[in-house]
Amino acid sequence: MPATTAAYARKSRRAGPSARRRSVSAGPLFVAPFLILFVLLFLAPLGYAAYLSLFQEQLIGGTVFVGLDNYVTALKDPQLLHGVGRVALFFVIQVPLMLLLALLFALALDSGLLRLARVIRLGIFVPYAVPSVVATLMWGYLYGPDFGPFAQLSRNLDLPAPAFLSESWMLGSLANIVAWEFVGYNMIILYAALRTIPHDLYEAAAMDGAGAWRIAWSIKLPALRPALLLTLLFSVIGSFQLFNEPNLLMKIAPDVISSSYTANLYAYSLAFTGQQVNYAATVSFLLGLVIVIASYAVLLTANRRRER
Amino acid sequence: MPRSFVRTSSMSRRRFLASTGAVSLGVALAACSGDGDSGSSSAEPVSQAEIDKAMKTPTELTFWTWVPQIQQEIALFEKKYPAIKVKVVNAGQGVAHYTKLRTALKAGKGAPDMVQIEYQAIPTFTITNSLLNLAPYGATALKDQFIDWTWGQVSGPGGEVWAIPQDTGPMGMLYRKDIFDKHGIQVPETWEEFAAAARKLHKADPDVYLTNLAKNAPAAWHGLLWQAGGQPYATSGKSDLSISVDDAVSKKLGEYWGGLAKEGVISTDPDFTDPWYAGFNKGKYATWLTAAWGPSFLSGSAKSTAGNWRAAPLPQWDAAKPVSGNWGGSTTAVTASTKNPIAAAQFAQFLNSDPASAKMFATQQFFFPATKAVLADASFTGAAPEFYGGQKVNQLFADISDTVSPEFQWPPFYDQAATDWTETVGKSFADKSDTVAALGTWQSRLTTYAKKQGFTVKES
Repeated sequence: MPATTAAYARKSRRAGPSARRRSVSAGPLFVAPFLILFVLLFLAPLGYAAYLSLFQEQLIGGTVFVGLDNYVTALKDPQLLHGVGRVALFFVIQVPLMLLLALLFALALDSGLLRLARVIRLGIFVPYAVPSVVATLMWGYLYGPDFGPFAQLSRNLDLPAPAFLSESWMLGSLANIVAWEFVGYNMIILYAALRTIPHDLYEAAAMDGAGAWRIAWSIKLPALRPALLLTLLFSVIGSFQLFNEPNLLMKIAPDVISSSYTANLYAYSLAFTGQQVNYAATVSFLLGLVIVIASYAVLLTANRRRER
Repeated sequence: MPRSFVRTSSMSRRRFLASTGAVSLGVALAACSGDGDSGSSSAEPVSQAEIDKAMKTPTELTFWTWVPQIQQEIALFEKKYPAIKVKVVNAGQGVAHYTKLRTALKAGKGAPDMVQIEYQAIPTFTITNSLLNLAPYGATALKDQFIDWTWGQVSGPGGEVWAIPQDTGPMGMLYRKDIFDKHGIQVPETWEEFAAAARKLHKADPDVYLTNLAKNAPAAWHGLLWQAGGQPYATSGKSDLSISVDDAVSKKLGEYWGGLAKEGVISTDPDFTDPWYAGFNKGKYATWLTAAWGPSFLSGSAKSTAGNWRAAPLPQWDAAKPVSGNWGGSTTAVTASTKNPIAAAQFAQFLNSDPASAKMFATQQFFFPATKAVLADASFTGAAPEFYGGQKVNQLFADISDTVSPEFQWPPFYDQAATDWTETVGKSFADKSDTVAALGTWQSRLTTYAKKQGFTVKES
């Protein structure tokens, strides 16, 4: 018996450190799949872009190392600055409206007062399931100045046709497409967050005499803050990376949407039309930086408000 | 990713070694033969024995093309050379196709052996040394089979042959006879008459425009410039480039079209879009200034107007000397990176010069032929489609083809020139702003770009 105990003890003593060692080595092992993908799909391309942005390749003369010259050019490039300014404007106008709509829909659905709530929920969400390319083609047809339904309707009523694709309306028309696509998506996030609020809070509030509006204002909205912040962050990134919609509308409104209409579109045309891959890498890198700063600013203001 | 950097530098070193090899070989040959002509030594012709051997070796070739049902013509080639299999890849059309091609060429793998390429894009790919010179593979012998100006478009100053012409697009005018008759408009023979007709027609019916000059169609603009005798680009050597897209000829063209757009008597809708197709079907445009591929394209796209269309030459600047320009058409080129240069070069030549294959393009794909033989073939020129009221449209365009000037050159960065055109000149049509000023902006944008890319630019 003692021998076996001793053996057992010895065994366990031997097992002890090795188990600990195993658990130490297991950690990285568990993280490895993520880490490998993260390095391969994120850090490596990022590093490559950074590397590319330090060179200049010419059709005549080949590749030369230019240091930060590309960045100096980019920061003074009016086409890039306009592109970034335009998406910033887009963000300021489009995102609050879209999130407000999503919030209203989520609250209405959560109130339980709507008939056919499931059908409505699905109906609002379905546009998100439509690929953005298809959505843009569809809206491009609807916006058409000659044969689009809005133009035809206003012609029948002897009104001037709405110029959806004109220079002054274009940003609004784009905002409308993006809102149509993403209201449902944001609504679902907010709605899911609403469903996690314990019902006894509502009961307690009702006992205290709070009506539906008061409950929405004092309980639901504060509880939604993290979810709203999440949707806001997604929207920052989405707005600054605006590409598909302008790229497709460019075909029907080439005079309004130039190849540098948004910063992302500019990077694309630099690389694939102008064969300026290095400069395109610089522009992408700077755009990434803008997005990081904008996201961080959003987080910072939100947190500060919470502390207050 | 320093690897790709190393790779490009080693590649250029290899190219350097190859060229010095060629030079020393040339020197050696010159020493032997005693004459000083060593320039063409790098284009040493491939012997018939080598060609025969390559064509009997089992090979798979990849061909990027957007031509529909090209499998029919390829079958003819594979029947003649059973050892060679050709795989067709459709990588998109026009810009999408070139973008993918450029990416594959840059990546150093995944590029095809043969590739569909439009005339205006050839210098864009020769400047990056991406195309194989087909002259040593027997292409020079084909010169006389092709329409002179098309051969001028595919050959280089040193006798290089960069591609084999497949189809062409000499420009003419398709017009709605019924609309012309209704408003008593004669078919305009000069641009002056054309402008008068545009004003008259739009005044008579504000819903109809004499023509649509698309604000996104730099290729059509270049075609009209070609007709007007413009010489916007000229290269000498590899790095000397002259750009003059706002010279007197261009300004004349800009004043003319910008003026009509400003008056609002022509429309400037973007072409090949849904509203544009609808415009043809609903009679918004009374003419289409198009190319020889236009007639069959239109008969497929505007079915509801069948029988009302007729074809005529472009209006002229000088009625005494009728001329035209080219818009579109394409060629088959071989990439410099191909592992099977002989078989690929033979394919490019066979596809477009074999009598059966060349004729098939005209009868199956309705391409406007680039070979003299098909262009003179009575079964081609005699066709009298009902869509054009039985008019012999092909014959008309065959006659126009003879009047295309062989001088016109393309810039070594056509994509950039085209994008910049749309954002300057095309935009001025839409905004009804000063087109001549827009030509100046186009000129300065191109000059800046060219200098940035290392060219020595001469402005005139």
